[in-house]
Amino acid sequence: MLNRIDDYIFEVPMGHQKGMRVPGRIFISEKLLEQVEPGTLDQVANVATLPGIVNYSMAMPDAHLGYGFPIGGVAAFREGGGVISPGGVGFDINCGVRMLRTDLSAEDVAPMMTNLVEDLFHDVPSGVGAKGRLRVSEHELDEAFTRGAAWAVEAGFGVPEDLEHCEERGRMEGARPDQVSLKARKRGRPQLGTLGSGNHFLEIQRVDEVFDADLAKRFGLFRGQITVMIHCGSRGAGHQICTDHLQVLSRAVKKYGIELPDKQLACAPLGTPEAENYFGAMAAAANYAWANRQIISAWTREVFERYFPDARLDLVYDVAHNVAKVEEHEVDGSKERLYVHRKGATRAFGPGRPEIPAAYREVGQPVIIPGSMGTPSYVLCGSKGAMRLTFGSACHGAGRIMSRTQAKKTYAGKDVKEVLARRGIKVMATSPKMLAEEAPEVYKPSDEVVDVVHQLDIARKVARVVPLGVSKG
Amino acid sequence: MEPVEYLEHTADVKFRARGHSLDELFENAGLALIGAMIDPSTVRVVESWPVEIEAESLEALLYEWLSEVLYLFEVELAVFSEFEVDLVGRGAGWRLSGRVGGERIDGERHLFETEVKAVTLHQFELRRDEAAGEEIWTAQVVLDI
Repeated sequence: MLNRIDDYIFEVPMGHQKGMRVPGRIFISEKLLEQVEPGTLDQVANVATLPGIVNYSMAMPDAHLGYGFPIGGVAAFREGGGVISPGGVGFDINCGVRMLRTDLSAEDVAPMMTNLVEDLFHDVPSGVGAKGRLRVSEHELDEAFTRGAAWAVEAGFGVPEDLEHCEERGRMEGARPDQVSLKARKRGRPQLGTLGSGNHFLEIQRVDEVFDADLAKRFGLFRGQITVMIHCGSRGAGHQICTDHLQVLSRAVKKYGIELPDKQLACAPLGTPEAENYFGAMAAAANYAWANRQIISAWTREVFERYFPDARLDLVYDVAHNVAKVEEHEVDGSKERLYVHRKGATRAFGPGRPEIPAAYREVGQPVIIPGSMGTPSYVLCGSKGAMRLTFGSACHGAGRIMSRTQAKKTYAGKDVKEVLARRGIKVMATSPKMLAEEAPEVYKPSDEVVDVVHQLDIARKVARVVPLGVSKG
Repeated sequence: MEPVEYLEHTADVKFRARGHSLDELFENAGLALIGAMIDPSTVRVVESWPVEIEAESLEALLYEWLSEVLYLFEVELAVFSEFEVDLVGRGAGWRLSGRVGGERIDGERHLFETEVKAVTLHQFELRRDEAAGEEIWTAQVVLDI
């Protein structure tokens, strides 16, 4: 049973499960809570048993059943006595989203929409087994692991200003390519510059509503404007890095005598070689993902320039929603260095944090919440509530409510494409069967999810964007 | 005995594989993994790839075996429909010698329903049951999609 703390805060009490060190907290509305499976609450409780967890095991309003942490899970661990766990990051390390703003209006691009979507689909490889257009050397792969988007910009993909508008400036410190296995390298090398499949997408969008004119202006957004959103991660490199280290950490659990309710929560005490090696490899995967999104952005610009030679596509921001990071937060009145895990959750730092680019520091960071195919995405602004309640974290998307098997039974891929076409959304995908899995109806409505973080002042609503053209795996 | 059974899971794929022996269980688990992505009956066996793995426990061996099949799928750009496994207990650990048979991905014939990102350890189970004098091994696995 849950205890209600507030209109939008529910507590998973200590008694929910044996071994909980802190209570769980779910930031959600009553209506959305009804759709959360009991297993998700158990996963929140499982995370609460991990050593060194601070305050609460948390879940965002888009919480749903995952593996290890729930999707939408956030937990912070003390440097002394805490742990790091790949179960709190996921296999797709630094899966994330970036948004580019254009100086084009919806009317400008309407006649060219089919060409744009077809070219993006062609120029940015996606789908199962897609090989990149890029042939990188072993040395360049090391550079991507070590310096992320910074390397990509030097290699000619994008401009230095892009880096200023990436979380971590597109490069996480402490990356250790020596902790990346040969297998991860073999998977990663041909896939740099690919979108992948599943819920990953490349989307042309229109700003359809502005909620906060001042913040929208600050982020360079206006009604009727064309934006582009890129949602993808570290591909096979990240998946393999997680797989490799999960096995090492499974042994570490025995070695350090940690009791776990779920094997996927395998972890190691911070400061041990196992923990440090995982962190270094995870950071390398995070950098690969930033390089990947940077390369895809450059190809996206090329496509737009083909039809609109004078168009500008500037990066609004790039956020990671599967990652563990070292951050300073206030705990019981004093500042502490914590390892914050966000698994399907977005950093949402409020005003004044030094990590935020200078252009946004005064107001808070842009928080980009992708919708599912055919549903709106949101841009929010990190706020004070996030710093007080969630270690500076917000939701990451809409959150699934229908299983993939059920989705495939209900929607045939072709129908989905036709339904979206009738709504004026052009979709291109490598597999029609996969489209059914991602039908808009399989996700929670994102507006309800976003309203919760707005109401709690975790992140304020700035603008809503709707899809016009989608390229998918 | 149902060799492969897919269970309901909201975001990912969960399956149970079974076998009358450990070898058969591992073979069916491999089939379940590929079957989550593509209908194995559309895969012809024209090539084969050897697999050799050692691990300290049976659970770790199964995890590594499935991860290896996924690795081969991705780097060889191939799909498989035939799995041959030979397990040997060795001192404190286990050793697997095997082979996966299949063909390179052909975009025209191989229609993917989803792409498996990784094998998770969430609710990972491997157990032996005896029913009517018959030995049945069962593995439960959740795949990250």
